[in-house]
Amino acid sequence: MAEEVQILVTCDKDVVTARQQGRTAARAVGFPESEATLVATAISELARNIVSYAQRGTVTVARLNGHKGTAGLKIVASDAGPGIADVAQALRDGYSSSGGLGLGLPGVRRLMDEFDIASVPGRGTTVTVTKWLK
Amino acid sequence: MQVPILKQGHVLIATIQAALTDADLLELRSGLVQQVVRYRSSGVIVDVTAMDVMDSFASRTLLEISRMIRLRGADTVIVGIQPEVAFAMVQLGVTLEDIPTALDLEEGLAYLQQTSRSIN
Repeated sequence: MAEEVQILVTCDKDVVTARQQGRTAARAVGFPESEATLVATAISELARNIVSYAQRGTVTVARLNGHKGTAGLKIVASDAGPGIADVAQALRDGYSSSGGLGLGLPGVRRLMDEFDIASVPGRGTTVTVTKWLK
Repeated sequence: MQVPILKQGHVLIATIQAALTDADLLELRSGLVQQVVRYRSSGVIVDVTAMDVMDSFASRTLLEISRMIRLRGADTVIVGIQPEVAFAMVQLGVTLEDIPTALDLEEGLAYLQQTSRSIN
């Protein structure tokens, strides 16, 4: 696979494309099917947040080569949307700003090994998640 | 990707055949509810064997389908959730709450037969 794939996300079809690309990349790194499904599910949630709250953004999937020969997959979901006013609140289970199931961020955090979020109200949100091959 | 809905006696069977977009899921929801009314169906089976992921939107839509159909007096069974999909659902924290699930189509049909017998 290419070391990095970027998918432009603007509609629900792109959500499917992004998670399928993520699954393909996860397989290429050597993740078993169960872990590839965790990655695909996390991407689906992150990409949908982009469509729902920012209308437009990107999902980047990159292979990582860690120390001691470990491999991993890094996903960056980035948008220039409204941003999240209270990130700590958005990371709590059960919190929702849209009356639905919320941003799903606590769930995404559980699906992956590393989770990082940077959000500035009015400027956008970038969520970076990583999964390492065990 | 439209989901074909098959009528078999009093049961409707919707077999998802590929990854679905959010719009496809909403279309499935309205299609099933309309057909349950049209055919006076007593049961619905949604076969999700081919679904690549069951994220929060898909889970919520299936839950809505089941509740709408319940209001028509019919039962919904979800069949074919793959083991890795089930694993991811638990990690993500989504549930299908009280919707009955079964291993496959055959088990789903058996479940519906049982429930309709217990009503009669």
